[in-house]
Amino acid sequence: MVKTPTVKSSKKTNAQKGRQVNKSAIISDELKKELVNYYKDMVLIRRFEEKAGQLYGMGLIGGFCHLYIGQEAVVVGMQAVINENSSVITSYRDHGHMLACGMDPKGVMAELTGRRGGYSKGKGGSMHMFSREKNFFGGHGIVAAQVPIGTGLAFAHKYKGEEAVCLTYLGDGAINQGQVYESFNMAALWSLPCVYIIENNQYGMGTAVSRAAAGETLASRGAAYGIPGLEVDGMDVLAVKEAGKKAVQHAASGKGPFILEMKTYRYRGHSMSDPAKYRTKEEVNRMRQERDPIDNVKERLIQAEVGEEELKGMDKLIRDTVSEAVEFAQKSEEPDPSELYTDVLIQV
Amino acid sequence: MSIQVLMPALSPTMTEGKLAKWLKSEGDYLEPGDAIAEIETDKATMEVEAVDPGFLKQILVAEDTENVPVNTPIAIMTDTDADQPTGKQVVNEQIADETYSKNINKQENTKGSGNIVQNFGETVSQTVREALRDAMAEEMRADDMVYVMGEEVAEYEGAYKVTQGLLNEFGEKRVIDTPITEHGFAGLGVGAAFGSLRPVVEFMTFNFAMQAMDQIINSAAKTLYMSGGQMGCPIVFRGPNGAASRVGAQHSQDYTSWFAHCPGLKVVAPWSAADAKGLLKSAIRDPNPVIVLENEFLYGQTFEVPTDPNVTVPIGKAKVLKEGSDVTIVAFSIMVGKALEASEQLSNEGIEAEIIDLRTIRPLDVETIIKSVKKTNRIITVEEGWPTCGIGSEISSLVCEEAFDYLDAPVKRVAGVDVPMPYAANLEKLALPQSADIVSAAKAVCYRS
Repeated sequence: MVKTPTVKSSKKTNAQKGRQVNKSAIISDELKKELVNYYKDMVLIRRFEEKAGQLYGMGLIGGFCHLYIGQEAVVVGMQAVINENSSVITSYRDHGHMLACGMDPKGVMAELTGRRGGYSKGKGGSMHMFSREKNFFGGHGIVAAQVPIGTGLAFAHKYKGEEAVCLTYLGDGAINQGQVYESFNMAALWSLPCVYIIENNQYGMGTAVSRAAAGETLASRGAAYGIPGLEVDGMDVLAVKEAGKKAVQHAASGKGPFILEMKTYRYRGHSMSDPAKYRTKEEVNRMRQERDPIDNVKERLIQAEVGEEELKGMDKLIRDTVSEAVEFAQKSEEPDPSELYTDVLIQV
Repeated sequence: MSIQVLMPALSPTMTEGKLAKWLKSEGDYLEPGDAIAEIETDKATMEVEAVDPGFLKQILVAEDTENVPVNTPIAIMTDTDADQPTGKQVVNEQIADETYSKNINKQENTKGSGNIVQNFGETVSQTVREALRDAMAEEMRADDMVYVMGEEVAEYEGAYKVTQGLLNEFGEKRVIDTPITEHGFAGLGVGAAFGSLRPVVEFMTFNFAMQAMDQIINSAAKTLYMSGGQMGCPIVFRGPNGAASRVGAQHSQDYTSWFAHCPGLKVVAPWSAADAKGLLKSAIRDPNPVIVLENEFLYGQTFEVPTDPNVTVPIGKAKVLKEGSDVTIVAFSIMVGKALEASEQLSNEGIEAEIIDLRTIRPLDVETIIKSVKKTNRIITVEEGWPTCGIGSEISSLVCEEAFDYLDAPVKRVAGVDVPMPYAANLEKLALPQSADIVSAAKAVCYRS
């Protein structure tokens, strides 16, 4: 039997009280502006991923394709609290991270279709995209391999004396890999500016967290190394941002790593072919209806008297952006056959 | 009754050491466990303890004596005080136990290696160990982004003392002791390299790099390709590779063909100190991941090494160490010494072998090999690793593809025996290629018996 996941937070949020938003709350212009940006960033990811799912169904995207739908608040909230020198690294459910880092949707979508206009010239695919310009370091296909690498990026920040942190994302599946603890140990030992963000979407592929992970919380997995951890409502972008700020400040001030366990949920399957037998439809529907991170922000915006028309305008622009990305990804040519042999080594 | 106290071996590969200090004087009474002398090698320091109770009758080797062979008697003890001390210290000339030195692969390569290095300008006699250390030190002086990390590389100065003096010169920011956590620190190094640093990651031995294989192959080697050329990974993984002495199967394996199999890596396996230094310097400057396969037995061997810090050895170039007309012998790392040894015997029997030291395994210098085969029409390959899917198998295929018509005999491989490394001394020796094996393989392809 699969247990219904519960989303706990260290802090009560509006989302936890269901759909009710405090009508008496006065939202400042500043917050309103912020929420508008979060809304746009999250909707872009949602629409992009929906489109990617469609293109996959049409055979335009091959291989593995792990969609981020449902988890948007995590990456959007975290991106809001880092400076431009900071780096980001994640595993293979990475499209949302790339868009949040400011990578061009055209380049991301063209990589998904395996075309030369893609970020990796069509040689990486869904799980392997990078942008040095945007300090996005992948896109890694081996569960938890990005954790030591992210720790190394943090090491480089510290070595070079940069005011920067590395946001190292991992899933609730990755948290049981040995190299995560090897990384925690070194990061704590050397006070590296690394924030480990566990995106606990309740299932590692089809295995519920309760069936895979011993112990009370994932946030406390760094306790043995003296790494502080927080459980966060990962469906609420403001809760993410608030916790993220605390974690980043901690890491950037020389106090060493910090762990954030984001309680979140993916609406789609693990990858495109998913038996959907490990959880009920009702569970998924309930999360979508009651906990959706985009609806959450949308309601706050409506409270702040942002009109439906204005929101629709934003939606329209985002749909256009995604359509352009799809068009580009279809029109961009396949890589030249000569590309088979390039980029194996840097020529010296 | 008199008991001889012998010069002990501090490690399986130690052949000689320094008797640094006597802690007891002649005539002193010793209980079992009492420290009597201090022994030093370039790797370690240890106290010699009394095994049986008795009197220290005579000191045979004065303190501060260098190069005392293992198993040399250094003192005489008696169980009674009837024998009076002689009051005279002498340096014993006795040679170390024959059997023992044979077992530990005596440094047969040292002799005659001085004429191998040419055209490098001024040179100095150095061990491979010192040459590797100098390579790192010079590159660290030249580039602040170069740093060294690994188990015991800093305060302990390297499990095999390769990083000796680096902590002192460069400090703990750049010479970093890691926990025993190969998978973790290999991955951390890869991340640091993505972050524009130039890590030199030491594996205490490459046996332990198996723990880190995923990061080396999946992260370091493949990411440049997967990123369409964006994510260069300028990292060096180095450490001793290949058979050690009497340590059993898990600590005694040649991994050359494992790494050489993978695109995205460069793999070097030097023999001489000059090549070790020159190739390590090239590896550190290279924008790609480079695997530097060193060898424990070679660390203590001395060669002439250029002093000019600008001299490097290009990755991807083999070296014809000795010209010959009758058969080509291709070897790398410690097997080069064995091949040279074999070539002397072959020469005595009228067969002139051409010796190629591959130096780099990936990319392989096919041109030099093929050119030689076209001259000698015969080739044997020598490696310590297992024969199946080995470097010899690869060379054999290449020669068949590119010089088949020039061959007067089938290619012959000399390789380690296809078994896990045994512990017993006699079996271990049987498992590894010896120069006699090379001689007989060379004679076979020359159709000589």
